[in-house]
Amino acid sequence: MIHKLSVGLFLGVLWLLLSGKTSPLLLILGLLSALLALYLSLRMEVIDKEGYPIHLTVSTFRFIPWLIWKIILANLEVCYQILNPKARINPVYARIKCSQKSDLGKVVFANCITLTPGTISMSIDADSIAVHALSKAGIDELEQGEMDKRVTKMVGEN
Amino acid sequence: MYLAVVIAILITMLLALIRAIKGPTLYDRILAANIIGTKTVLIIATMGFLFGRPDFLDIALVYALINFIGVVAVLKYFEYGGFHFSGKPNAKKPEGKD
Amino acid sequence: MELLFTLLEWLCLLLGSIFLIIGGIGIHRFPDLFTRFHAASITDTLGAGFILLGLMIAAGMTLVTVKLLMILIFIFITSPSSTHALAKAAIHGGLKPKLDDQKDNQEKPS
Repeated sequence: MIHKLSVGLFLGVLWLLLSGKTSPLLLILGLLSALLALYLSLRMEVIDKEGYPIHLTVSTFRFIPWLIWKIILANLEVCYQILNPKARINPVYARIKCSQKSDLGKVVFANCITLTPGTISMSIDADSIAVHALSKAGIDELEQGEMDKRVTKMVGEN
Repeated sequence: MYLAVVIAILITMLLALIRAIKGPTLYDRILAANIIGTKTVLIIATMGFLFGRPDFLDIALVYALINFIGVVAVLKYFEYGGFHFSGKPNAKKPEGKD
Repeated sequence: MELLFTLLEWLCLLLGSIFLIIGGIGIHRFPDLFTRFHAASITDTLGAGFILLGLMIAAGMTLVTVKLLMILIFIFITSPSSTHALAKAAIHGGLKPKLDDQKDNQEKPS
């Protein structure tokens, strides 16, 4: 119940941030639109732990700085490959084990893999993700499993 | 100086456009279209600052939504030959398109 | 203090522009579709990230910053999703990634 009410609160705050208006009429209209969106999403039954994972907020904020650091490092690596005229490009294809059980965890892990340049996820199975990498180094780093461990910790499944 | 950023984004869009014209496969062209869409979001946001009208950001936000939906819709169309495929892995692929 | 923020803003915008153009060159330099994804993801992550960060510093603590942050979060969530959809559609459509031939023992995509 509290979980569902928090969706309404979130929608109201989102409306306020996007509009920035505070006259009474517009506030009432905004409240009505937030309630309408809440009613529609309740009817569609999309509000559950997977569709609205608010219980992960704190762990997400702990996860994001590390991810951004990884993204910057991977970006510099790929930029070097692009700008160096002598660089030999030898792509690698491999399967990476993923330890997440839920669909949400797998999606977050696959998205993190794709978000770091140099590795993209091609397809997801029950316990592994097919990864295409620009160089062998990217696969080696994923096979060490630090990102896997951090994502599992973030979605709270260890 | 915002103008320099706009010009840099335009150069990137031009490079992507050349790839879209040259692109050997269909998917290269969709990739180029995706890049151009993301850069359009950036160019709208920067133009808002260039003209001193931050209202443009609402348009950029909506364009980001439309771009994503558009790319996924085009891909679904070319992958399954229509929009009637539900996406379930064991459902049968429609005939007449590969 | 004012000068520092201005400098930081232009530095972010400059870095963003450089990353965008490097990504643009990358989609011409790489040999096949699956390597071009990596170049495209540079423009989507650091290129877009630095430019929006620069605009955020220019806007200061206003609602404009919140909107820019929303655009940034949205790009960071949707860009890997559409890349993954594109890669999956390309494999489904019969394209094979060009791999390094010297390693025979590695798995070929089905």
